[in-house]
Amino acid sequence: MRALVAVTATELRLFSREPMTVLFVLVLPVVILYVLNGVFGGQPADPSVWEGIGAVDFYTSAYVALVAATVGVLTVPVHLAGYREQGVLRRFRASALSPVALIGAHVVVATCVATVGAVVVGCVSVVAYGALTPQDWIGVVAAHLLCAVSFAVLGALLGLVLPTARAAQGLGVLLFFVFVMLGGAGPPSEVLPDTLARVGDALPVTYGARLLRGPWLGNGVDLQAVAVISGLLVACAVLTAWRLRTDDRL
Amino acid sequence: MATAVSVQHLQKRYGPTVAAADVSFDVSDGEIFGLLGPNGSGKTTTVECLQGLRHADEGRLEVFGLDPRTDPAGVRRLVGSQLQDSALPDRLRVGEALRLFSTIRPGGRPWEAALEEWGLGDQRRTAFGDLSGGQRQRLFVALALVADPRLVILDEMTTGLDPAGRRVAWDLVEAVRDRGATVLLVTHFMDEAQRLCDRLAVLVGGGVVATGTPAEVVASQCRSVVVTFTVAPGSDLGFLRSVAGVDAVEQDGGGRARVTGAGPLLARVGHALVCHGLEPIDLRGELPTLEDAYLALTAGDPASPGQEEAGA
Ligand SMILES: Nc1ncnc2c1ncn2[C@@H]1O[C@H](COP(=O)(O)OP(=O)(O)OP(=O)(O)O)[C@@H](O)[C@H]1O
Ligand SMILES: [Mg+2]
Repeated sequence: MRALVAVTATELRLFSREPMTVLFVLVLPVVILYVLNGVFGGQPADPSVWEGIGAVDFYTSAYVALVAATVGVLTVPVHLAGYREQGVLRRFRASALSPVALIGAHVVVATCVATVGAVVVGCVSVVAYGALTPQDWIGVVAAHLLCAVSFAVLGALLGLVLPTARAAQGLGVLLFFVFVMLGGAGPPSEVLPDTLARVGDALPVTYGARLLRGPWLGNGVDLQAVAVISGLLVACAVLTAWRLRTDDRL
Repeated sequence: MATAVSVQHLQKRYGPTVAAADVSFDVSDGEIFGLLGPNGSGKTTTVECLQGLRHADEGRLEVFGLDPRTDPAGVRRLVGSQLQDSALPDRLRVGEALRLFSTIRPGGRPWEAALEEWGLGDQRRTAFGDLSGGQRQRLFVALALVADPRLVILDEMTTGLDPAGRRVAWDLVEAVRDRGATVLLVTHFMDEAQRLCDRLAVLVGGGVVATGTPAEVVASQCRSVVVTFTVAPGSDLGFLRSVAGVDAVEQDGGGRARVTGAGPLLARVGHALVCHGLEPIDLRGELPTLEDAYLALTAGDPASPGQEEAGA
């Protein structure tokens, strides 16, 4: 526990020394939010797109989920794969720090960063674009935490499976764009071609957004989204544990 | 003396590559034990299996009675190690690294002491990525020792260190042993092994080919001692052939003589020379060194080409 706290504190400090990553994770969603609101902003609720709600309200939850997903699939795997590649993981492991504690530290850091990002995106949406404030605060916080932790664990799994930091970076950027374009953060899925819309339906970030949207708009809990994101968390945790157990070279 | 580390018939394969074919040795509590051998002979594999960082295929491993395969966490709590191939996060600073490692493994001396001891005081706020190779190496050895472990594993600790750094490292390793810890030292430097190791094992092609004190290993490989001196050209040295232990006597045109044999050759040859009225001032004995023994032991290894002649 003491080790987990020490490593988490260290990892947070290290993360704060990477200005580019901080910028990417926190500023990019705000920029895209700005662009999309310039395009669609102020459009009245239209039953044929955005699930029948106003564009801003639709995008706000989509972006909060997107930040969590980006931190999860981009920064966590790049860091962990880099650690593995360079021998940092072995260095820590040899000094009796369990890899679980190190991964735990990364999950905590990712969740903290995602939370800061969510607050930034949420504030900008509400203040600058008049989005609704969360109707059910507890529900929104819980949904956000579940979402952030699940994507961070997915990221940890990718970090342990991908051979190099470069590979992790490549896949992370690819996933980021797929998430942006098809996960509800870009064009509304109602206007996407059928196949692409179906790909969007298969993306976890879509469910992350739905998970947040329910309590945010006061529409209750989207049970399907809860099931999908929890399933993602459990599956990734199990696979990560299996990977730690079987890989000789971590 | 109690056994600190026991390795019996360790085997480890990577696909078709046999990294360790059959490695066996015991390290007693409180000694400095050396592991020597050509590149690729399985030294790193062996010490990493001992720490549970790699999973041994076959064999019995014990570190203070614990099996690294079933209780890696327990083993690692007793071991401080410097890995041959490892790193720290680039942005982590020297002071932060030492503090972090002493928090993960409490119980050692204050980490600030290690900073000074290893001459890293000025680098306290330097990021790992900005350190020179030798400074990194110093940091790794400092990290290995920071928790005051019962067993210290050092895999080529002085590679990349300047001469002053090597002396510091040697003195500290001896100090660690004198505090009661056991040291397992992987090295390519024969002077280091000769100076530090109480006992050592030589690995070739994934198997142990010799174990013992440095003197025993030398004696097992190189029986022959050489005595050299200079006398007036053409002097008759035939009498030396009857001295006990002498195998051969050679003399070149300049009067330089070379006597080879075994046993206390220098004393006997010296005595015989004086008895025959010869008192060369440059009479010298050359004992075989650990390096001679090592080269002889590893002569057949494909990783050490061209050593056949050198070792013969
Ligand atoms: N992770 C790995 N995957 C595949 N082969 C490996 C791996 N690690 C080691 N080997 C092989 O096992 C053999 C022994 O390697 P090891 O690192 O134990 O040698 P070493 O004695 O430490 O050598 P050196 O003096 O160069 O450090 C080598 O042939 C090496 O190529
Ligand atoms: Mg090695």
